[in-house]
Amino acid sequence: MLLRLLGAIPTLLLVIVLAFLMVHAAPGGPFDDERVLPTDVAANIQAAYHLDEPLPQQFTRYMAGLLRGDLGPSYRYRDYTVSELIGSGFPISLQLGALAMALALLVGISSGTVAALKQGSMLDRVVMSFAMTGISIPVFVVAPVLVLLLAVKLQWLPAGWSGESGFAKFVLPVITLALPQIAYIARLTRASMIDVLGCDFIRTARSQGLGSKAIIRVHALKPAMLPVLSYMGPAIAAILTGTVVVEEVFGIPGLGQFFVRGALNRDYTLVLGIVIFYAALIISLNLVVDILYGFIDPRVRQR
Amino acid sequence: MRSIRRLLFFLVLSGVAACGGSDDGRESLSVLNRGLNTEPESLDAHKARSLQAADVLRDLGEGLVSFTSTGELTEGTAESWEVSDDLLTYTFHLRPEAKWSNGDAVTAEHFVFSVKRLIEPATAAFYAQFLVDVTELRAIDEHTLQIMLKRPTPYLLSLLTHPATFPMHPGALAEHGDGFARPGKMISNGAYVLTDWVPGSVLTLNRNEYYWNNANTAIDEIRHHISSQETAEYARYRAGELDITSSVPTDNFEQVRRDNGDELHIAPYQNIYYYGYNLSKPPFKNSPELRQALSMAIDRELLVEKVTGRGETPAYSWVPPGVDNYEPTVFAYAPLTQDERNQIAQTLYAEAGYSKQKPLRLELRYNTNDTHKKVAVAIQSMWRDVLGFEVDLINEEFQVLLANIRDKEVTQVFRSSWVGDYNDAHTFLSILQSQNAANVPGYASEEYDALLLRAAEQADLDRRRLYMEEAERVMLADHPTIPIYFYVSKHLVKPRVAGWGDNVLDYHYSQHLSLKAAE
Repeated sequence: MLLRLLGAIPTLLLVIVLAFLMVHAAPGGPFDDERVLPTDVAANIQAAYHLDEPLPQQFTRYMAGLLRGDLGPSYRYRDYTVSELIGSGFPISLQLGALAMALALLVGISSGTVAALKQGSMLDRVVMSFAMTGISIPVFVVAPVLVLLLAVKLQWLPAGWSGESGFAKFVLPVITLALPQIAYIARLTRASMIDVLGCDFIRTARSQGLGSKAIIRVHALKPAMLPVLSYMGPAIAAILTGTVVVEEVFGIPGLGQFFVRGALNRDYTLVLGIVIFYAALIISLNLVVDILYGFIDPRVRQR
Repeated sequence: MRSIRRLLFFLVLSGVAACGGSDDGRESLSVLNRGLNTEPESLDAHKARSLQAADVLRDLGEGLVSFTSTGELTEGTAESWEVSDDLLTYTFHLRPEAKWSNGDAVTAEHFVFSVKRLIEPATAAFYAQFLVDVTELRAIDEHTLQIMLKRPTPYLLSLLTHPATFPMHPGALAEHGDGFARPGKMISNGAYVLTDWVPGSVLTLNRNEYYWNNANTAIDEIRHHISSQETAEYARYRAGELDITSSVPTDNFEQVRRDNGDELHIAPYQNIYYYGYNLSKPPFKNSPELRQALSMAIDRELLVEKVTGRGETPAYSWVPPGVDNYEPTVFAYAPLTQDERNQIAQTLYAEAGYSKQKPLRLELRYNTNDTHKKVAVAIQSMWRDVLGFEVDLINEEFQVLLANIRDKEVTQVFRSSWVGDYNDAHTFLSILQSQNAANVPGYASEEYDALLLRAAEQADLDRRRLYMEEAERVMLADHPTIPIYFYVSKHLVKPRVAGWGDNVLDYHYSQHLSLKAAE
């Protein structure tokens, strides 16, 4: 385990170097604007943010800051540091992602299981065609339609984020974010459940007179969940990238929105900070999933 | 299995716990919800740059001079002023009752302190050269401020309404350093004080109880909601979450006019939409005929009517109409019909050495945006119909386009715009001076520079105006740019909001607004 942890360090370093080079390679700079600055004013601002230094020197400066845990000031949100912005944006993205994931697992697994049990029935077909639709319609189409219907026409839910609406403001973004994942998980669960239900050990359990509820709960669900669990990694990644779009569409002040704006504004430090933060997060999540896998399937642990 | 269940439970719980209620005890406050289409990059008036930052800063602070809701100059923190006969010395008398949000008196010294910080290189202010014509600023006593100028600057009063010239509280800066522009730290002298700021989401401002005109400030709380997407902002307006929008979506404009026509405010705006030529390279270097031909072949009336369609006016001048003390010069060909213009354009195109057999090859660059694309496509077809050449349209990300324009290597024709910083023709004419950094086409005319210099030396407003109008005539005849149309300001304002005024600067101070009682 320690070995894997150490192995993550070069990966992270590579990500930092690549990201640094890429943001600086993009044409334009953080202070370019249609309202062009007088030459000496522009030069003074470049100097104030050390952007006049050669790239290697800027990189050394950045790495030195990073080792002290300092991600630097944001160029676009000049009254905030990058750490402050990540600190304010991440909890929101996390809540959004976690709620969407929870909803996706809850609805996905149960509807998938039901579909598997009633294989070939009307219900099965309804669930599966819903799943197909959920996979194929992109977020930026779903979101405005939901807003128009539920917020503008019916006025049940808020259309934007920044009003004082407590939990209600989470509903539309979470549904939008969860929809494609519900669909994937339902399909995965159904397929794997059908597989497991056809296995010998299930037949044995049934022959011993166990009811179908008990069979599902005690014997079938656990092995049927393995493909879903493997899908958790990609699902988390999909939700992470999904939050970028959803936050932009709903105006949610999460990390995703900062990331997009940061890239468009050439806010070098903000983009780098978020890339490093996400890279570290994904590397650790992969570790966690590996460990979880071990708990569920003893064979993995022995290897 | 148990671990998954536990994980799920934790996830749901963490979500619910973190988004628990808020709405307590705020019912009695009157609240105005405004849309703001970009996040202010800073609320430190010296580090701010965007129009949106200035919008919020005008709620928080106050300069010596201010504007009424309809855009007339009026007293701000100064209650009166005198101007010397040579127009070189201004003496301002501050209101003795002017106070900061912590109760301290606003003194002349605070204005001096602010301007010193503005021009200090370490501040790295974008508007560091905003007061370039000011030679000296001094506090004669606590409530008297004198400003000395290099040359007559008739727009000085207009400059002094800009947030970059607002006073600063030295105590707040000493205590918090450059991080003072945050809720709880910022001390401001305007009608409102910053109470909350969620980056990327909303800025909340509350009444400044110490503001000298607090008695006439109607609304207790202002929330500026960041709404960068026009359609999303419109949805929020329709859902009743916003009282005022920062814009109106192009795509839904007909629907807006139909459904919310009474709430729609369209007004002339000091903002020009233009195409620049790269004058440092062929085909436009040394080819005024070609530049004029392309400009004349554009049917601007058709464009503003059918393509942009939100009330924009066709541009035949560089300075927009409605600017104080100025009558924009228009192109000599402006009185002709489009057919007559097209014929001249064809002749000029031929004179420049192009024909059907040997057509012009051209690239037109614009930043990725629906309206810009529609305009470019329309102009592409006008040039094809009138002059018979095919222009390649290239859309680029904004920062890429800006870098290309600056480098002057690959650009030929490019889209740009300019918003006036103050109500004077100078804010438009000055950017085409040969030494001005914002002169993106690279226009250089000794005659034009000389005329503007002469204008700047005039103490007589009428003579100054004549020199500037002549300068504009000289420049228009050289065709360094293609003025296309003048923008309009576009807002939706709920009927419950009173006190809204349309003006060419598109400034809308929250302190001028009030809310009608619910019907």
